[in-house]
Order: sequence, then structure tokens, then C-alpha cells
Amino acid sequence: MKITTKFWMGIVVLILLSPLGLILPAHFKAGSAWGEWSADEIQKLTGYVPQGFAKLAGLWNAPMPDYAFRGWEEKGLSYLSFAYILSAILGIFIIVAIAYLIGKLLASKGD
Amino acid sequence: MHIPDGYLGPPTSGLFYVIMVPVWAAASKFVKKTLKASQVPLLAIGAAFSFVIMMFNVPIPGGSTGHAVGGVLVAILLGPWAACIAITVALVVQALLFGDGGITAIGANCFNMAFVLPFAGYYVYKAISHNAPVDSNRRVLAAGIAGYIGINVAALFAGVEFGVQPLLHHTANGQALYCPYGLNIAISAMSGEYLLIFGWIEAIVTALVVKYLQKQAPNMIQEKGRA
Repeated sequence: MKITTKFWMGIVVLILLSPLGLILPAHFKAGSAWGEWSADEIQKLTGYVPQGFAKLAGLWNAPMPDYAFRGWEEKGLSYLSFAYILSAILGIFIIVAIAYLIGKLLASKGD
Repeated sequence: MHIPDGYLGPPTSGLFYVIMVPVWAAASKFVKKTLKASQVPLLAIGAAFSFVIMMFNVPIPGGSTGHAVGGVLVAILLGPWAACIAITVALVVQALLFGDGGITAIGANCFNMAFVLPFAGYYVYKAISHNAPVDSNRRVLAAGIAGYIGINVAALFAGVEFGVQPLLHHTANGQALYCPYGLNIAISAMSGEYLLIFGWIEAIVTALVVKYLQKQAPNMIQEKGRA
């Protein structure tokens, strides 16, 4: 088997295991990464929401915020795990397409 | 380590875009010279790997979370310039599609994770593995140390970028306008977490894959000119 085939299989395994990145933090009651708090969390930590932060934080409405569907924030872990896997698949499709495009544009012909 | 919108003041966000544009241009130039058509799938795999490994948030019980970036491994296999491009693609998709990392902070996040991390890791690996046989343990150790140092240098930069904000931007009564924590807290938090926990994950991932490739695809880790 070619090594690239093995790598792709590894990526598929990682996609299927990815919900661990959601479930383990929930299980161990870990919060946001340092410096990635929401306005509410900053308010709790420091007692105020920085004014510039308040203006910029909502600048971009990502189509699938936090690797989930909009409005799924209150759903259980099994729903969120499902959305997490779909996000991984969708993200990888787009990334692979872009990387191939860039690679084809840059790579020298021949081998 | 994905800095969201609102944590960096516009001058800092702008500065890192200004720094990254020539870096991306240089990366395209170097990769154009050295990337072979047969390596294009590896570039895509590298980007996909970095993207998915970043989804594995590792908890500090009762505390925060963090993750590996996988970027040092990509740099070892494809060279730091190609790694820069692969990780940039992953970070841009994370910001635009999933809101992971701010769009104003794409320059800063790419500087930390797509530039500092692969380059620091790559040169540490090169230095330690120099002249080591392809199947030697020194190569595995070099990969682990490179992963650990690469991600920790990146985390230190992120800590500084967070930490200078209250110095640069605050109200008359001393409230911060952007990131509320100064250099002391930001650097100890970021570096503390990565030195103690998350750095080891990057180290283990990098070392294990290099170990695997020594048997499965030794030609991939042979010393040669790379992109």
C-alpha cells in the first residue's frame, strides 16, 4: 500500500475520533482555551467587558461556529459529536481542494 | 492558541497581516522552486492533518483546553515553507468557516502557528538529527524535541501578543480595550500550559509519526533538499 493511502486512512481515523476533542473537555469540566473566552466569560473573569473587544468580537458570523450547526448550542454531546465529525469532513474537503489547487499551481511539472 | 476577534487591537492585527504577506509570498516562491508534482498530495494531507489534529482539544481538568498543531511534523516532511502554506490553509478555513480564530487575527495566528512554529521546529529537528541515520532513535528524539520547542515558541509569541494589548490600549481609568491581561499573566498562562501539557502532545505526535515512517517510508525522512 502506498504511504499516501496510509496517510489518508489515518486522516479518516482521526476524523472519526475527533469528538474526543469535545467529549474529554466536557467530561473533565474544562472551559475555554486561554484567551478564547466569550464576552460573558470575560465579564466573569475580570468584572467588565473591554470596549474594543465588545465592538470587534462579533465581527464575523461563521457559518458553523465552534464546529457545530447554528442553534445547536444547547443540544447534547451526541448531537454535537455528530456535528463535529461533519465539520471535520467538510473542513477537510475544502482544505484538501484548496491545497491541491495551490499545489498544482506551484509544483513543477514532471515527476 | 487561536486568537479570536477582539483580543488584539487593530494596530497589532494589521501589523501581523503586513508581516505575513511577504512571508506568504516567499513561501510561494520557495515552494514553487522545490515542490514536485508528486508531493502535491502530501501538501493536502499535511493541511488536512493539521486541521483535524487541532480539533483534539485536550482538557486540563477544571481548567482550560489546548491542542497540538501538527505543524512541526509537516515541516519535517515537506520543509518549513510548504508547511507554512499547508497550515495557513487550515487556519484560514478554521477562521472563516468555523469561527475558530478571528478574521482580524488571521495574520497573527498564521504568524504564530504557520510561520514561527514550523520554522522553529524544523531547525531544531535539523540541528539535532544532523547526520543521524534514517532509522536512528536520534531522529525520533529530534522530532519530539522539535515538536515541543516549535509549539512552545509559538505559544510564547501568542502570549506576548495578548499581553502587550493592555499596555497599548486602555481607557483613562485603566480598563483594557482588548485583551484584559498583561504580559505577566498572558505569558505565564500561555507558556505554562504549553510547557507543562500541550507541548508534550505536539512532541509525542511528531515523534510517533517519524518513528512510524522510519519503517514504512524511510525515503520521506531522508536528508535532502526540501520545499
